[in-house]
Amino acid sequence: MTDHTRSGISLRVNDVSHRLSVDNRRTLLDALREDLGLTGPKKGCDHGQCGACTVLCDGRRVVSCLTLAVAADGAAVTTVEGLAAGGELRPLQEAFVRLDGFQCGFCTPGQLCSAVGVLAEHEAGWPSAVTADDDPERTPELDEAEVRERMSGNLCRCGAYPSIVRAVLEAAARQGGAA
Amino acid sequence: MREFAYQRAARVHDALLAVAGDRNARYLGGGTNLVDLMKCGVERPTRLVDVRRLPLDGVHVAPGGGLVIGATTTNSDAAAHPEVRRRFPALSQALLAGASGQLRNMATVGGNLLQRTRCGYFADLSRPCNKRLPGSGCAAIAGVHHNHAVLGHSAHCVATHPSDMAVALAAFDAVVRYQSLDGGGEIPLSRFYLPVGDRPDLETALPPGALITAVALPGVPGSLRSRYRKVRERASYAFATVSVAAALDVRDGVVRDVRIAMGGVASRPWRAGSAEAVLRGARPTPDRLRACAEEALSGAEPLPDNGYKVLLAKNLIAAVLGELAAAEEVG
Repeated sequence: MTDHTRSGISLRVNDVSHRLSVDNRRTLLDALREDLGLTGPKKGCDHGQCGACTVLCDGRRVVSCLTLAVAADGAAVTTVEGLAAGGELRPLQEAFVRLDGFQCGFCTPGQLCSAVGVLAEHEAGWPSAVTADDDPERTPELDEAEVRERMSGNLCRCGAYPSIVRAVLEAAARQGGAA
Repeated sequence: MREFAYQRAARVHDALLAVAGDRNARYLGGGTNLVDLMKCGVERPTRLVDVRRLPLDGVHVAPGGGLVIGATTTNSDAAAHPEVRRRFPALSQALLAGASGQLRNMATVGGNLLQRTRCGYFADLSRPCNKRLPGSGCAAIAGVHHNHAVLGHSAHCVATHPSDMAVALAAFDAVVRYQSLDGGGEIPLSRFYLPVGDRPDLETALPPGALITAVALPGVPGSLRSRYRKVRERASYAFATVSVAAALDVRDGVVRDVRIAMGGVASRPWRAGSAEAVLRGARPTPDRLRACAEEALSGAEPLPDNGYKVLLAKNLIAAVLGELAAAEEVG
């Protein structure tokens, strides 16, 4: 159709800058997968309910299936492909491998990106729904209940949750919060 | 999804002009609800005006101890803000009870107020729905409605409002601020959502083309304690079956102030004013709390498959108020 339904956008993805012309309907997920060939982010439900498409957008975890690419113009995006700087797994990824934090692996890219966000949010002192709200100044301790609540936006149909929780907790302990 | 034009507004006035006179235009905030509804074909805008980056974010302390929360503040930032947590704990708890971490990072406070019902028939183009297509009927009344309304519904629609945040805002007498090309305005949350009546498609009192700029919370007594509790079908990341936002101010063993609002029971956050009157000026004994809870649901008209919500809501109100009263005794 006419040009006003397309837009030229800039995305910085895993530290590489891209210029793209996208249909305004294109989601960030489809732009990453189809236009940039980054198939780490997965299309699970495509309705923001499963978390398989989770990426970090300007440092915050989001579901890329409900993010319009045009609305992400100018953003810095990190996908699972960008988590291992220089090809070296970060402690979170190592923990997932060693502790069996997955079975089929389809949800894993989203789990990993979400967990990176969880650890950063915790480091920033953000509470969760299971945090006792008796002291707004205190950063809650990250325990199993906190990780389960904070990771609840990422479904795993294989049911690898116990190992995922252990891996996130171990990464948090080893990195002092910065996974 | 239908093709649409997109523009990012740099100023509020630009956004208002871009939407003016175009009833197929929509403001885009975090997009967590709108983009999903566009995928389903429920929303078919021909123009999106992106307001997410307007300089309307941030939480500010107002004179008198209240807060002003900018419309583009994300749900995450509002929930984590120390002043929100300190002054209005039930609001922080309500925000954190909603959606997932990813969605809260995207969703804005303004957009949260305007999200649409999660009634399955509303999102299903193959079924009748008076909210989506006025006059087509309501499939939920004779269909699957175990999670639908028990208060304030009509023969035309039994859908519930999905927001947790708005329930806490209702309890705290919040005011919605907006801008339009005719100037600015304010609407108390108690009048923001319209009664269902025979036009369930008309949901808010916001003038056409107006843009929500902030939510203002008036100051409350420093001793007012508050809490939000949500019951749902799984432990996290689900919409409310019933939720309660309650606040209690007890001095010398007598209730000076009490606020009760419910979610998941009506087309809008349901403030239980007559139930508050039962408790105000009284001692918060278990019997009195129970009487208060009974009054809150006295007008309930459950559907064939959601009668459980009435007892659940009563128990929830009595339990939350009981916890707040116990905390008063200790602290």
